[in-house]
Amino acid sequence: MSEHAEHSAEHAEHPGYGTFIKIWLILVVLTGCLVGVSHLGQTAAVWGLLTLTPLKAGLVFYYFMHLKYEGPLFKVVVLVTLGTLLIFFALLFSDVAFR
Amino acid sequence: MTGHVHRDDFGSRLGMWLFLVTEMVLFGGLFIGYSYMRYRYPAEFHHGGGELNATLGIINTLVLLTSSLTVVLAIVAIQRAEKKRAMAFLGTTLALGLTFLVIKGFEWGAKFHHGIYPNSHHLATMPPGEQVFFGLYFTMTGLHGVHVIVGLGLLSVMLWWVATDRVRQDRYVHLENSGLYWHLVDVIWIFLLPLFYLAA
Repeated sequence: MSEHAEHSAEHAEHPGYGTFIKIWLILVVLTGCLVGVSHLGQTAAVWGLLTLTPLKAGLVFYYFMHLKYEGPLFKVVVLVTLGTLLIFFALLFSDVAFR
Repeated sequence: MTGHVHRDDFGSRLGMWLFLVTEMVLFGGLFIGYSYMRYRYPAEFHHGGGELNATLGIINTLVLLTSSLTVVLAIVAIQRAEKKRAMAFLGTTLALGLTFLVIKGFEWGAKFHHGIYPNSHHLATMPPGEQVFFGLYFTMTGLHGVHVIVGLGLLSVMLWWVATDRVRQDRYVHLENSGLYWHLVDVIWIFLLPLFYLAA
């Protein structure tokens, strides 16, 4: 019974075609922006890389990979991984800075 | 009636995500290596990026983004028991994945034609920073290409399973997990585009 209720509750949350097509359009526009800013010089290109690229990746994770519709555990797993990578990045560059 | 059949879709997806985070760490290590090398050789990376075909990189980005869309649409179709539509979306994904590999093949072929390939004589005469740039370029796009091939294999099996009703409205976690893998391949390419093709 409860399993059935759970299943139908999950089913009710399924997003339709439109949601994903909208996200795809946003991703295409963001790619255009990224290519655009890469022509505006080195500083703009680096800022584009540091802001637009994670935003695009975030949209794919959140919508296409259904993280939005998963419980907190999945989000925590991904955030811990990204946090670990960030720590390694910071450790490497703190080493580089004091060479 | 089917109580004896063990099924845990949540656990299955969690297992896939745990595998995917190891993939993220694998590529993450390479991205960290890239960032240090770019910091050390900014001019050489700028020059190296200029030698890559940005147009092909951008086209391939659009190809992979669209293939990611068609996978997620195939899942929506399966949830609505629209089998033929799901198969059409998966077929489109496979065609787009192959298109990506063909474009990649032409791109690498042009580099090889100009004498730029791992361990080539021409590459050995280039400044150290550019050797590092092309070393990372071949390693990272090559490893990514292997993932595209694996993803195409998985999605081909999914197309077959949808056709034979092994994947259907009440049972599609395999398709979801294969889709997750394909999206991660897309995310990695999202990072590769600005790091290599737009570096100039």
